Amino acid sequence: MSDKIRTVEGITKESTQAMIDDALSAYPEKGKKKRTPHLAPNDASSGCASVKSNKKTVPGVMSARGCAYAGAKGVVWGPIRDMVHVSHGPVGCGWYSWGTRRNLMSGIPGVSSFPMQFTSDFQEKDIVYGGDKKLKVLLEEAHNLFPLAKGISVLSECPVGLIGDDINSVAKQSSKDLEIPIIPCNCEGFRGVSQSLGHHISNDTIRDYIIETREFAEPSGPYDIALIGDYNIGGDVWSAKSLLEEIGLNVKSVWTGDGELEKIAATHTVKLNLIHCYRSMNYMCKVMEEKYGIPWLEFNFFGPTKIRESLRAIGERFDDVIKEKVELAIAKYEPIMQAIIDEYKPRLDGKKVMLLVGGLRPRHTIGAYEDLGMDCVGSGYEFAHNDDYDRTAPEMPDGTVVYDDPSEYEFEKFANALKPDLIGSGIKEKYVFQKMGIPFRQMHSWDYSGPYHGYNGFEIFARDVDMAVNSPTWKLVKAPF
Amino acid sequence: MRQIAIYGKGGIGKSTTTQNTVAGLAYLGKKVMIVGCDPKADSTRLILHAKAQNTVMDLVREKGTVEDLELDDVLKIGYGDIKCVESGGPEPGVGCAGRGVITAINFLEENGAYTDELDFVFYDVLGDVVCGGFAMPIREGKAEEIYIVTSGEMMAMYAANNISKGILKYASSGKVRLAGLICNARKTDKEFELVSALAAKLGTQMIHFVPRDNQVQRAEMRRMTVIEYSPEHPQAQEYRTLAEKILNNKMLVVPTPLEMEELEDLLMEYGIMEAEDESVVGVAEAAA
Repeated sequence: MSDKIRTVEGITKESTQAMIDDALSAYPEKGKKKRTPHLAPNDASSGCASVKSNKKTVPGVMSARGCAYAGAKGVVWGPIRDMVHVSHGPVGCGWYSWGTRRNLMSGIPGVSSFPMQFTSDFQEKDIVYGGDKKLKVLLEEAHNLFPLAKGISVLSECPVGLIGDDINSVAKQSSKDLEIPIIPCNCEGFRGVSQSLGHHISNDTIRDYIIETREFAEPSGPYDIALIGDYNIGGDVWSAKSLLEEIGLNVKSVWTGDGELEKIAATHTVKLNLIHCYRSMNYMCKVMEEKYGIPWLEFNFFGPTKIRESLRAIGERFDDVIKEKVELAIAKYEPIMQAIIDEYKPRLDGKKVMLLVGGLRPRHTIGAYEDLGMDCVGSGYEFAHNDDYDRTAPEMPDGTVVYDDPSEYEFEKFANALKPDLIGSGIKEKYVFQKMGIPFRQMHSWDYSGPYHGYNGFEIFARDVDMAVNSPTWKLVKAPF
Repeated sequence: MRQIAIYGKGGIGKSTTTQNTVAGLAYLGKKVMIVGCDPKADSTRLILHAKAQNTVMDLVREKGTVEDLELDDVLKIGYGDIKCVESGGPEPGVGCAGRGVITAINFLEENGAYTDELDFVFYDVLGDVVCGGFAMPIREGKAEEIYIVTSGEMMAMYAANNISKGILKYASSGKVRLAGLICNARKTDKEFELVSALAAKLGTQMIHFVPRDNQVQRAEMRRMTVIEYSPEHPQAQEYRTLAEKILNNKMLVVPTPLEMEELEDLLMEYGIMEAEDESVVGVAEAAA
């Protein structure tokens, strides 16, 4: 949390409210009534959410949201590398979610990692007669082809929920027959208002089928931790993990980027859970706290300021050995970070950025931009809940605009008013803003770059932001209209 | 070509009535196709003298996809040159039978089963319109004439009224019309009067009163319609009469379904139900 309230020149609560009112004025009465609570100026001192969230998207707007299946397959289950993940249903959901999130994996494909696309590829006959028999065959085939896979997840697509395929009973039986864990996940896309429910359902399946089913081979130690909610986008886990190890911690398991099933299953014995993405994995942190008494701590590894704060907060949970190593690490890296800042800040100072990402980055990355001298003039989430917006309030400058699940129209309208120098959002937004001549970075996948986590990541982040904002391209392009 | 859908409460005798009526139309020289829209696939057995014909969905399952299917594989010719198709579908409790009906009817359309020489297409639909799939026969461009098979039993009449509500929904946006009630008699009290009265309330007619006769069962034992089994029997004549009435029927209406109270009033009027006594509702016989 930042210690002082910041503001951005020219932006007040009143000016932001006027901008919001102007955007809302285009809506019909009903749409306006629904959207109004989702747009507000930030009240930095309150520490409270200024907008309503986690509600059904208003029909007719182009939402940036995903579905429950996306949350389960793409976010929570998919990154576990030593499992086979089955998309149960027609082929498209599995195909288009195959590797697109850039959750990188180590291991040898087919031996210790399985970054392939497995699907039951529903046809008409499977809808009419049910896909459960086919699923049983698929599970056998997958196990025979890849006997080293440690387990199989079965991720339901929409039709499975409509026709009532009993994947739970197939999974139970096949798990017995094949003697590996098979986890049924009822994450049909139509459930809930966004991918967020898919995260929750997946957390619940980890609770019901995985946790406490294995033990670590080596004896437990006082510095055992788990890294929770880091999905290794562009290699983030590797960057964060090495830093945590450098301060003396023993990262026993990672949930779930480049994750391993049996280590996840043994996580109930660690001393502390460090959670990066609160939105998608707070559920299991709370379960492990209640059931096994494991405390958990949120941390932020974006940019040297947040990394320093976080490292010290982590150190506070341990003895002097760790605290000392924390200070050593900070002392070692800060000069390197300062050199990076010295290089890029002169070109980025005072530039404005707007963000719209999933459930964490719209607040977590703000500090990294500020380290480079940039101001966040607007931020919002696709699928965050109230507790995320509570955490966002102190991170954003006072009076700047907060938007929840905004429509393309709202986002564009605010960008036109605020004239940001950079927008960080997703693929669906990218070309809209590039056509408006606004530099853009895809902040779901790190735009084919990364990692951005940790000290290593900041260097890449700074380079990428500079490359986008100061690219000569934008001066050479002139719109013909 | 007239396309006709037969609905009604489960077990009321839709398939038997449909096949006997269609046999009657064939007897009158008409070209007819029956499309069975029920996973039980028993809509054509009396015409084909078969236990059950290969259904569209069975063959889709066997061959892999619907694209691998030929019309000849699923379209069989039976008594009186009647063309027979069964949509088929899963056993109860799995999959989606409604989608099976949709798939089958789409297949028939795309593969030219609806030829110009046909005078009639009959859809024999499963008892309850439980989902969109079972309303497929009355969607745009399909059956525009609906007959509801009922009897004087209270639940059959409830069902007939509910089906009328469904028809009303489709009638308001399309050409679907109620063409009449067919009373498949169960020998209940005042059955003729009661079903006639219900028909009147619905704005339609009781197009025919088919008396109960065991000759139907005797014919069914041999997997035959009465018309084929014993053409001279009076029951065969009943079905030919019904066929003729359908052939000449011009009374196609948007139904006016009853509210529950009206329906109960009707039953009371004919002495089927007693006036409601709130004090006995929910009280068991032994306790009363």
